[in-house]
Amino acid sequence: MELRARSFRQRAAESLANPHLRKALSNLRSRMVVGRVASVGELDNFEDIREAARQVRDNALEHLDFLLEEFERNASARGARVHWAETSEDMNRIVLEIARAAGVRKAIKSKSMLGEESGLNKYLQAGGVEVRETDLGEYIIEQSGDTPSHIIAPAIHRTKDEVADLFEQRHGRARKTDISELTREAREMLRPHFLTADMGITGANFLVAETGTTMIVTNEGNGRMSTTMPRVHVAIAGIEKVLPTLEDVSFILRLLTRSATAQSISNYLSFTTGPKQAGDTDGPEEFHIVIVDSGRTRVLGSELREALRCIRCGACMNHCPVYQNVGGHPYGWVYPGPIGSVLTPAYAGVENALDLPHAATMCNQCGVVCPVKIPLPDLMRKLRERQFERDLRPWSERTGLKLWAWAATRPAVYAALTRIAARVGRAMGGRDGAIRSLPGGAGAWTAQRDMPAPAGRTFRELYAARKRG
Amino acid sequence: MNPGEPVMSARDNILARIRTALGRNEPLDAQQSADMRTKLRMHPRGPQPDMSWDLLERFRERCTILSTTVDEAVNLGEVPAAVARYLSERQLPVAGACWPEFGALPWSPAGLGIEARAVTGDDRLGITGTFCAVAETGTLMLLSGPDTHPATSLLPETHIAIVPVSRLVRSMEDGWDLLRREKERLPRQVAFVSGPSRTADIELTLVLGIHGPTRVHVVLVGD
Ligand code: SF4
Repeated sequence: MELRARSFRQRAAESLANPHLRKALSNLRSRMVVGRVASVGELDNFEDIREAARQVRDNALEHLDFLLEEFERNASARGARVHWAETSEDMNRIVLEIARAAGVRKAIKSKSMLGEESGLNKYLQAGGVEVRETDLGEYIIEQSGDTPSHIIAPAIHRTKDEVADLFEQRHGRARKTDISELTREAREMLRPHFLTADMGITGANFLVAETGTTMIVTNEGNGRMSTTMPRVHVAIAGIEKVLPTLEDVSFILRLLTRSATAQSISNYLSFTTGPKQAGDTDGPEEFHIVIVDSGRTRVLGSELREALRCIRCGACMNHCPVYQNVGGHPYGWVYPGPIGSVLTPAYAGVENALDLPHAATMCNQCGVVCPVKIPLPDLMRKLRERQFERDLRPWSERTGLKLWAWAATRPAVYAALTRIAARVGRAMGGRDGAIRSLPGGAGAWTAQRDMPAPAGRTFRELYAARKRG
Repeated sequence: MNPGEPVMSARDNILARIRTALGRNEPLDAQQSADMRTKLRMHPRGPQPDMSWDLLERFRERCTILSTTVDEAVNLGEVPAAVARYLSERQLPVAGACWPEFGALPWSPAGLGIEARAVTGDDRLGITGTFCAVAETGTLMLLSGPDTHPATSLLPETHIAIVPVSRLVRSMEDGWDLLRREKERLPRQVAFVSGPSRTADIELTLVLGIHGPTRVHVVLVGD
């Protein structure tokens, strides 16, 4: 996917001005946030499981080389072909080569974030392989030439009326407005593809080292279809997806599905080990697994390593006040929300996503809900420090911070300056105590929000007055 | 590259980068690897939530939450009548395919046209058994195999599963243990199926029946 993370500010402003989007996003809070609380509440020991999940993920990263080799050995012993790709371009090339060697004309795809990272569909299509997304959200995105805005619900930014228009135009059938009728129509349009595709492409939620198994979680059944019906199956997975055992996957799933969609369990968990066996009526003759680095080893060796624990549940974005207001597109790449603010600069370079580590209120909602305890605000802070060290922040901000540091180490100067600022701020505030528009460079900050006006006296003054009694 | 220098594959490069990132530059030594393998083979469980509930009660309750309907039959011979009842109440097609193990059940006396064969894209009804069922979540644990066709529980709009009460287990972890006890190795695919397929991709509104079945019905057998 093309990287557009440089223009966060501008695109966030556009999003805020879009009433359709506001309506579409309004469901997030009621459905995802409220639902998660009840679902997590079913577990009497949620916090213990969460802590164990953090440890198991950390431990897996600590032994990543061993687990990947173990995985490769066990998967190969069962007849799967394991490939390694250093970059996402390499991954695209490998998948196309597999398709060509097997004479594949049409592939069906089950949602994969890695596939989004590398622009796999476009690449395959340019190489002469027809690709059809089968997850309903991804299908809507594909048919409208759009990009996903959420890792679990890719088309969350679309209203049902927009989908109705799209389907009418693309399918050439009478316009439906009911959501279940629209869903039914998508089922009917996609079913023939499942039955005629030569190749199924899936991601992997986890790889299991002990057994050489790849596993995917879906609700729609497209994952099971893609791994069962076509004669070739390719699973693509980042190196960080490996876990030691089936038991590890099982207990982490209790957190994943609850955090993602407030479900105690998702409808289909498919654990695949090797291709079709003797006597099987269904299943692919060829099963390929592509293990992909694409920036992950760099993150592993950095102070951002903890981000690799991510199990892609989406809870951090559902709970983020910034995401809730602007949606996923302003983040400009595959991963939106807090995890995107960390992964995009980590994978694509800090200089290419300058605004992202600042696209947060530091309220730590994301850190609180993350099922594997990734300290997202801390990681964003580290990225900000990196930007500062590398002189990547704008001149005004760097100078401002330096001036502040100069004043802050001189108590008398600091007291005098804050006294002035507090008085001026108060005078600027409206009757409700809100500043609608800040002067100079700070004006951008108030373009979409108000700033509470200060009370007119500083903490130091109030403190001194109190001491005087 | 100089002649004689070993050609590094993508695999070698990635593994080398991982080791550098982890600050050890070397693979685990023989002892460490052996220890890790032993740990893998013991497959320790993560912390388990409270599971002091009654197995059957919990399974029924979770099925209902998932929109799976549940019925009972005292023995296998009674299953066709129970299936016929379910289909006629909902005015659903009475013909379809079942797993071979159920081919000899008295389907036609119950007015049903059920054949023991793999399903095609045209079948509207698929009848399967299950390897076991997980009470914690109301889930069927289905193994692929020559006589347990995965497509039977996937392509038709209606999936009916025959579940002996004796095959209820508590958790997914118990399911793995049972599998290791009874089978020599993992089948090509283990599918944990929890209710009819669903999506909420349009306005986060839940709809049942997208690519997989629209209805899942369980007939519990025995007690
Ligand atoms: S960072 Fe945590 S909350 Fe966000 S998607 Fe990853 S696992 Fe989920």
